[in-house]
Amino acid sequence: MRIIFTIFLFISFDAQSDVFIIPPSDNAQERIQEALILAQPGDEIHLISGVYKIEDGLSLDVDNILFSGEGHDKTILDFTDQMTGAQGLLVTSNEVMLKDFAIINTKGDGIKTIGSEGIYFINLRTEWTGGPDSSNGAYGLYPVQSKNVLIDGCIAIGASDAGIYVGQSENIIVRNSRAEFNVAGIEIENSYYADVYNNIAQHNTGGILVFDLPDLPQQGGHHVRVFSNQILNNDTDNFAPEGNIVGEVPRGTGIIIMANSNVEIFDNDISGNETMNIAIVSYSYEEAIDATDYYPHPRAIQIHDNRLSNSGSNPDMDKEIAAIVKGLAKQTMPDIFWDGVLPFTQMVFGQPNEDRLVLMDNVNSSFMAIKPIQYMLSIPNPVTRDSIDFRGNINPLDAVKIDLPSRYND
Amino acid sequence: MTERFISKIFICFLCLSFNVYSSVNEEAILSDNYPSKLSEYGFFSNQAKQIPEAEILPYSLITPLFSDYADKNRFVYVPQGQTAEYQNNEVFKFPIGSVLIKTFSYKKINSNDSQRTLIETRLLLNKKSGWDAVTYVWNKDQDEAYLSIAGKTVLTEYFDDSDTPINIRYRVPNKNQCKECHLKNDTLVPIGPKPRNLNRIVHYSDGPMNQLLKWEAMNLTAKNHEEITSVADFTNANESLDKRARAYLDINCGHCHSKTGSANTTGLYLNLNETNKKSIGIFKPPVAAGRATGTFKYSIVPGHPDQSILLYRMISGEPDIMMPESGRAIAHQEGIDLIREWITAME
Repeated sequence: MRIIFTIFLFISFDAQSDVFIIPPSDNAQERIQEALILAQPGDEIHLISGVYKIEDGLSLDVDNILFSGEGHDKTILDFTDQMTGAQGLLVTSNEVMLKDFAIINTKGDGIKTIGSEGIYFINLRTEWTGGPDSSNGAYGLYPVQSKNVLIDGCIAIGASDAGIYVGQSENIIVRNSRAEFNVAGIEIENSYYADVYNNIAQHNTGGILVFDLPDLPQQGGHHVRVFSNQILNNDTDNFAPEGNIVGEVPRGTGIIIMANSNVEIFDNDISGNETMNIAIVSYSYEEAIDATDYYPHPRAIQIHDNRLSNSGSNPDMDKEIAAIVKGLAKQTMPDIFWDGVLPFTQMVFGQPNEDRLVLMDNVNSSFMAIKPIQYMLSIPNPVTRDSIDFRGNINPLDAVKIDLPSRYND
Repeated sequence: MTERFISKIFICFLCLSFNVYSSVNEEAILSDNYPSKLSEYGFFSNQAKQIPEAEILPYSLITPLFSDYADKNRFVYVPQGQTAEYQNNEVFKFPIGSVLIKTFSYKKINSNDSQRTLIETRLLLNKKSGWDAVTYVWNKDQDEAYLSIAGKTVLTEYFDDSDTPINIRYRVPNKNQCKECHLKNDTLVPIGPKPRNLNRIVHYSDGPMNQLLKWEAMNLTAKNHEEITSVADFTNANESLDKRARAYLDINCGHCHSKTGSANTTGLYLNLNETNKKSIGIFKPPVAAGRATGTFKYSIVPGHPDQSILLYRMISGEPDIMMPESGRAIAHQEGIDLIREWITAME
């Protein structure tokens, strides 16, 4: 029986779907890739417990495939000796569930999906096992230009950019996951409609980033809710390779919102982040100036009912933004910081009401915003530390809903 | 009884005449199941020597994609009685049943050109459901090539101009990797056979002729009413530096790095039609490059090739840094030299 099990098993449950069961072996890589190509929609590819040594990037382009292992600590795809491929696994098809396995030590990204409609990452782990290192791959879980993205129960460790990175995507849920020792724990970038909740983001450089960047096919990120997360003790020195935007993130930033609109941050525990707990900033690089259809300032940001404490015990003075805030804040770093940068007319005449930053019921939190005109004119003390001006009604954003195909529902 | 017999003979006669008419196995081309051997398609009168059947025409590109210095024999097949149509200087619109055939090989040291190691023969088959990509890997005896779905690693050697051997871990692409480059708007399409990349004279067995005229003369294409501007031959020093560099980037990068290609997530567009300087990479910051930035800030810094991510990624052999991502194990020195010269000359 054992011998039979070491070859490629092909179990037929019914006429519609097959299960490819693959155990570790010398040619497991070829077996897996062959199954990923020959599988028909509705099939399952199942890797039993064990370590699979993989030398070349894997890819899946068949719709409606369940690709599963037996646990993120049991079924391990080990890419330590990877020779080719910019990622461990590339998925380009729809309605795909990846479940219960780990991908470790890829040369580039862990798992990338491009243009998938319906991509479900369940109980996965991506990890660079040597700890934070600028030669680690950029992203752990990396859906881009995808729709209906569910990341649930995953673990992402050691990415030199973001552990969990959702880019240029739409309708997204990231929940019940843990991101640690990455440059960015969880990053939602140039994306629409995302819920990020019940996650732990700890010991990263930055915990959770909500970014929007210019000159991309999809920009103008909006409608992102970040709630009920533990964003604690982010304190790892920035180890991103130079030239990357996350390389600017100061060590120990809990949440950064950059140039998005309609972001709601609530019911989070945010504490022990060495530079500061929450930063709200514009994309203030020269690239923003000539970018088309790009708005570099955050709009309609609501931050309420969070529990914030112990912000900025050890600010990362190597990063410009941290040094500026520290310089203005004097002794106490704020829990919540806004750079105050707006289009010039709005700096003079004020923001439209619906665009305002709203802060409510963040218990015992401290605040600081720069008054940019005073700052530019070098007027002393160009900041406000009173959040009372930022009170307002909370307009809750709608929850994101993802309907899993029925076969994935149990 | 007699009637049936006669009709049987008639059908056989038809089959025979069909066989005389074309040796190409059209059924194999259109089938959902791939033949296990290349020979089953009937493309070649002498497959090992890569001599095609009469209705299959060899062709070459003015500026080709670099593939680890492999030599490529390209052939086109268009079903008899049908023609490919011109489409604004983009890839021809080929009729269903057409095939593009490309055999990758390396010359053996100190040998004349007829002695080569054949590695793989890739097919693009235009089926009723659209283009499909599949490859066949040559055996040790070099007398047959066999279907490969999952890709394969072939350890081989390339001999450079001074006959120095260079080891190559040649990767035969799997089906998905074919798509990575050949997808345009989520549909698989050929890359090479654009009129602009064919428009030159080549030597046929019956003498030299412009390829586009030859295709027309052989009724492979409909009559052309377009003005064809050719791409530059990237090795031709008489062409302008900019034209050569853009031609090289177009064929080597532009299929993915275009608004409709699989690398459009990056906002870097290297196809020939792109005119926006930033989209081409000039002072364009990377988006998701990770350590592939090489610590540099921009894809291209005019005048500074050694601060330009684009060149850095052409030089690198690391899987997460190198560009293109697949299809090369070693660097293309001539391409690197050209792009270095191009960036250096930029103001």
